[in-house]
Amino acid sequence: MSVLEVKHIGKSFDNTEVLKDINFSLGKGETLAIIGSSGSGKTTLLRCLNFLETPDQGQIIVNNEVLFDAQNAAATTEREVREKRLHFGLVFQSFNLFPQYTALENVKLACELLAKNRPDYKERRREILSEIRDEAASLLSQVGLSEKMDLYPHQLSGGQQQRVAIARALALSPDILCFDEPTSALDPELTGEVLRVIRGLAEKNTMVIVTHEMQFAREVADTVVFMDSGVVVEAGDPEEVFGNPKQERTKQFLERYSN
Amino acid sequence: MFLTVIESLNEGFLKTLELFALTLLGALPLGLLLSFCTMSKFRPVKYLMKFIVWVVRGTPLMLQLIVIYYCPGMLLGNNWWGGGTAGRFIATVVAFVINYSCYFSEIYRGGIEGVPRGQYEAGQVLGMTKTQIFFRVTLLQLIKRIVPPMGNEIITLVKDTSLARVISVYEIIWSGQAFIKSSGLVWPLFFTGVYYLVFNGLLTLVFGGVEKKLSFFRV
Repeated sequence: MSVLEVKHIGKSFDNTEVLKDINFSLGKGETLAIIGSSGSGKTTLLRCLNFLETPDQGQIIVNNEVLFDAQNAAATTEREVREKRLHFGLVFQSFNLFPQYTALENVKLACELLAKNRPDYKERRREILSEIRDEAASLLSQVGLSEKMDLYPHQLSGGQQQRVAIARALALSPDILCFDEPTSALDPELTGEVLRVIRGLAEKNTMVIVTHEMQFAREVADTVVFMDSGVVVEAGDPEEVFGNPKQERTKQFLERYSN
Repeated sequence: MFLTVIESLNEGFLKTLELFALTLLGALPLGLLLSFCTMSKFRPVKYLMKFIVWVVRGTPLMLQLIVIYYCPGMLLGNNWWGGGTAGRFIATVVAFVINYSCYFSEIYRGGIEGVPRGQYEAGQVLGMTKTQIFFRVTLLQLIKRIVPPMGNEIITLVKDTSLARVISVYEIIWSGQAFIKSSGLVWPLFFTGVYYLVFNGLLTLVFGGVEKKLSFFRV
């Protein structure tokens, strides 16, 4: 059974088609890597999954529930979108940590706000908040930052900030965790620590990763999708796509990368 | 004599402070409202607002004071600000609030537009409501961004209150100048500068304090 099914997703900005008939599905615990040159539509696809962009066509199905259908997208209220979003987590290229909160507060914030909707919040407020705190602290130590919990984002290195962002996305236990070029904004010597953390998560979590790190994509992904000009050119087992690409465009792209 | 002068200057300065405080009270919230209008997606509101800001920032406050005080009377035949000191003061406050809310609206706009898109998006993907994003994520960043330009503008306001004397509001410059005619004394007028200096010194300390308070994070 697949956790995520993407069917016929299409998206245009003004008159430019950025995504054309995108289809894929993802099983539980699987990792999908999306590769392709800049402007190929990878990031837009990820943003569509997270409801930051609204596709013009197609469906997004999570755990057999149709979360998005372009046919009746207009009828969706903001509240519904908010709930649907929680199926997905997103780690941004530029981290987007909240600068006025410590690492720990960044991870806790959304959970604390959501907890207010719980029926037992008033009676068990203290308990709930301390649970959230412990959970956030354990996530931060999972990404190797137990020593840095009380520091503010500007006091952390780029790699550490991105690891906080990963912990923050994990805090809401999304069904599918998305990464948008998580190491592109980092100095080369800092990418390793972030990739290690993502690799560690790949075993248990269902993930979609947009990346320019080809070696990493090859190691971590169960399926690789190569996109170009808004279409999926080639998809399949990473060894196949990287080792023996069938399409000319994939070959050209990979050659440019290996040089 | 010295005590008489000081007493009179104090009285004038109280009027100055009153005008200053009432202007802030009106212009700080009104400015925020106007900045939302300037950023409105509804074009007519946006362009009307931009036009108003252009006129208000493009003409001298002194002229605006005169126009706002005299025009209703000239057009309607009776001065609906009401005669006397009180009426002049109300007209002055109205003119100052309009003028300063336009300046403030531009400062707010700069602050709001300065918060990176990614901050809103990060809040959105974490399932926060628009209100939660505003109060829990962007507000403090916005405040941090606008404190320095606001400080500047507010200090200018303290000095601009002296323009009110053009329609005979008895603020401190007026009080100082009065001694030239009545007693042939020039120094009281010069001495009013000390009041402005001290008060602006205090404001500078306050704004410095706020900036320091917000220095625990960077935007």
